[in-house]
Amino acid sequence: MISTGTIVIQFVYLIATALFILSLRWMSSPATARRGVQAGELGMLLAIAGTLLQHGIVDYRWIAIGLVLGTIIGVPLGKVQMTAVPQRTALSHAFGALCVTLVGTAEFYLHSPNVPRFTMAVLSMEVILGGLTFTGSLMAAGKLQEILPQRPLTYKGQNFVNLAVLAVAVGLAIELVRHPGEKHLFPFMVAIPVAFGVMMIVPIGGADMPTVISLLNSYAGLSAAMMGFVLDSKLLIIAGALDGSSGFILSVIMSKAMNRSFTNVLFGAFGQVQVSHSAAAEEKTVHSATPEEAAEILGAANSVMIVPGYGMAVAQAQHKVRELFDALTKRGVQVTFGIHPVAGRMPGHMNVLLAEADIPYDKLMGMDDANPMLPQTDVALVIGANDVTNPAARTDAGSPIYGMPILEVDKARTVMVIKRGLGLGFAGIENPLYYLDKTLMLFGDAKSFVGSIVHELSGSAGH
Amino acid sequence: MQELVNSLFVFMLAGFIGFEVIRRVSPLLHTPLMSLTNALDAIAVVGAIVLAGAHESKFATVLGAVAIVAATSNIVGGFLITDRMLKMFKASRAPKART
Repeated sequence: MISTGTIVIQFVYLIATALFILSLRWMSSPATARRGVQAGELGMLLAIAGTLLQHGIVDYRWIAIGLVLGTIIGVPLGKVQMTAVPQRTALSHAFGALCVTLVGTAEFYLHSPNVPRFTMAVLSMEVILGGLTFTGSLMAAGKLQEILPQRPLTYKGQNFVNLAVLAVAVGLAIELVRHPGEKHLFPFMVAIPVAFGVMMIVPIGGADMPTVISLLNSYAGLSAAMMGFVLDSKLLIIAGALDGSSGFILSVIMSKAMNRSFTNVLFGAFGQVQVSHSAAAEEKTVHSATPEEAAEILGAANSVMIVPGYGMAVAQAQHKVRELFDALTKRGVQVTFGIHPVAGRMPGHMNVLLAEADIPYDKLMGMDDANPMLPQTDVALVIGANDVTNPAARTDAGSPIYGMPILEVDKARTVMVIKRGLGLGFAGIENPLYYLDKTLMLFGDAKSFVGSIVHELSGSAGH
Repeated sequence: MQELVNSLFVFMLAGFIGFEVIRRVSPLLHTPLMSLTNALDAIAVVGAIVLAGAHESKFATVLGAVAIVAATSNIVGGFLITDRMLKMFKASRAPKART
């Protein structure tokens, strides 16, 4: 006999589920997105309130302490600087995975040895995915915060060792499915994925973070869905499946934007620094320009496309870029932004930084919209981006990034590149863009260089 | 067993809905999308609450309480930062009369 209370709670969960789906549905456009957040918050509130009313709960002290402590930690995490959003996101994947792993562990010890086979199988997946996502995300956050070295650490046979370690964990899981009473095996099944999480992120470099964060996002969602199976909670299964598919779609978008197959990403072959095969000693000439010259060309243009990359974020140049946008717009120049999907350290990173600097979002173009515009663009101004503009991806079949979709800035009438020096990009590949006749190199720090251009433009605007 | 099969159906349908809904999310909003799904995913707090409140064993209660802390920080932090980010996305103001 099901009590009225249980039915009420199930209906509350049903409403919460609908609100979650609507919440994501409303994320389709910036105009409705904030409503999406409100729907999500309402759904969450209903679900938590409904759960607290459940009659199985006899002691509220620990719950209260947990909720209060979580809020105390959560508020500062919600108020970090926009440039720190990638590491904050990685950290929250870690927290989500930690929650799932702990609950899975507790459930095992409460019910062992009376765990049905199917439940034991999903519980194993829950703690394996949760465990590796926990440490993997912590490692990613550490690399993004630059507590850990960003350089990928690789050694021979790394993939083999990693897969072997993971295979041991899967082997333990199979043994536990067959004999759920073997409690002594369980700690190993948690500890091995926890170690694997570290090993998985060690070989990954900074520029691969967009893919890695998305992948960890997907794992965190999947492990939560597994937890839903174990607890027989449809709400949790659905929320986990939504989060999992979101992370999955983002990782597919990211890996496509880097021209990597999905298996290549899954097996962690990414992040290996490619050795440049071209003779770097070869002398080629570049044309460089001063801020005055750059300002003159930009001011005389009809259309300018700014192509930002992670370098802009590192130099904190986005607010100066906004001033440049204003100064040029004031002169009647059409200014747009061309944004590559993997520019920055997580999906959509550049958009958030530019929106924070108050640049209207309808000026931000994705790669598919930006490329057809470039041949009619007078000036493409590249700020802190490198490999995503490298024409070798299109022309040089021997290049390690051959085939990767790029922003075709070399098709603009004039190209300007703000860069500290002629150093190589993340992939260690020469960028022939810099040696084109139409390219002007603007050597200097992105923030101060853009500042000088703005100064020139506003100085001569008065007459 | 029947319940698990039901759950599998739910999981599959939710996966398809997720795919269709997320596909329509503007690439502009991929960062807030990730922080929002992260907050929604922290609904796992529901399981942790039951665990910490049922008092079945000291071990389970403590793990449940730590899990509540982790999930709650994701809920609070995730919704806060998503809303902050979305507030920043503004369309161009009506074109100024300028020649």
